[in-house]
Amino acid sequence: MTMKPDLRFDFVVDKTEHSITVKREFAAKRQLVWDCYTKQELLDQWFAPKPLTTRTKHMEFRGGGHWHYAMVTPDGQEFWGRQDYQTINPIDGYVALDAFSDETGAVNPELPRARWDVGFTELGPRTLVTTIVLYKSADDVQKVIDMGLENGLASTLERLEELLLTMHA
Amino acid sequence: MANYSGDLDSVFHALADPTRRAVLQRLGKGPATVSELAEPFGIGLPTFMKHVGVLESTGLIRTRKRGRVRTCLLERRKLAAAERWFDEQRAIWASRFDNLDNLLERLSESDHET
Repeated sequence: MTMKPDLRFDFVVDKTEHSITVKREFAAKRQLVWDCYTKQELLDQWFAPKPLTTRTKHMEFRGGGHWHYAMVTPDGQEFWGRQDYQTINPIDGYVALDAFSDETGAVNPELPRARWDVGFTELGPRTLVTTIVLYKSADDVQKVIDMGLENGLASTLERLEELLLTMHA
Repeated sequence: MANYSGDLDSVFHALADPTRRAVLQRLGKGPATVSELAEPFGIGLPTFMKHVGVLESTGLIRTRKRGRVRTCLLERRKLAAAERWFDEQRAIWASRFDNLDNLLERLSESDHET
């Protein structure tokens, strides 16, 4: 169940640009990987980290449309999120605004939004997906960190990390 | 929570320098005096004190002076907040990509069957 050892995975935090760049190679054709990122019935099968599951409430994959979903813990705790699609260029990439939301889809105005720039590159039989998560400022990153510490999300994730370690052991 | 509210920019700036990162790593093992910390770097004490000053201003370390000896201590909570968040983010992406590997494998197999 662990990552295939020869598939590239980079996770780079750029501290001056307030961005995170995530690169990951997949052993599949670009069209198939694109579908997994853009169709709700496929997104629901992979987007939430284990042991959480993904549940889509609304999906409209077009410029101006949005994806509204929950990541659900095994004991039923829900973390709602929303991505508003800004530009879409099938099957090269898309840009979306990420947000924390509630069950109704209302964006949490207290928390900063990050811009997700997702690109799909063909590498022979494989596909490289590059995701740039861009915050407006270091202050915005700090707000997200503080929120995690205050509302218990961090501790949930910490337990999650322990679980992940057990599963990979 | 007040300990976490410092400016993340200054933390990033502090962590960008190899000497300062090495100092933090050393302090992770326990408190040390400024002269103990400076010794492995072979740089003058005034220069080294500037690094200590940067670290102290971000709240990543504390110093206290007894007589002529200044001792430095790591302020773990401050460092932990930012670093832990990035670690968590990395773990989340790694896990979701594992899921996607498995999904892609299933989809490719069913593709071949049809």
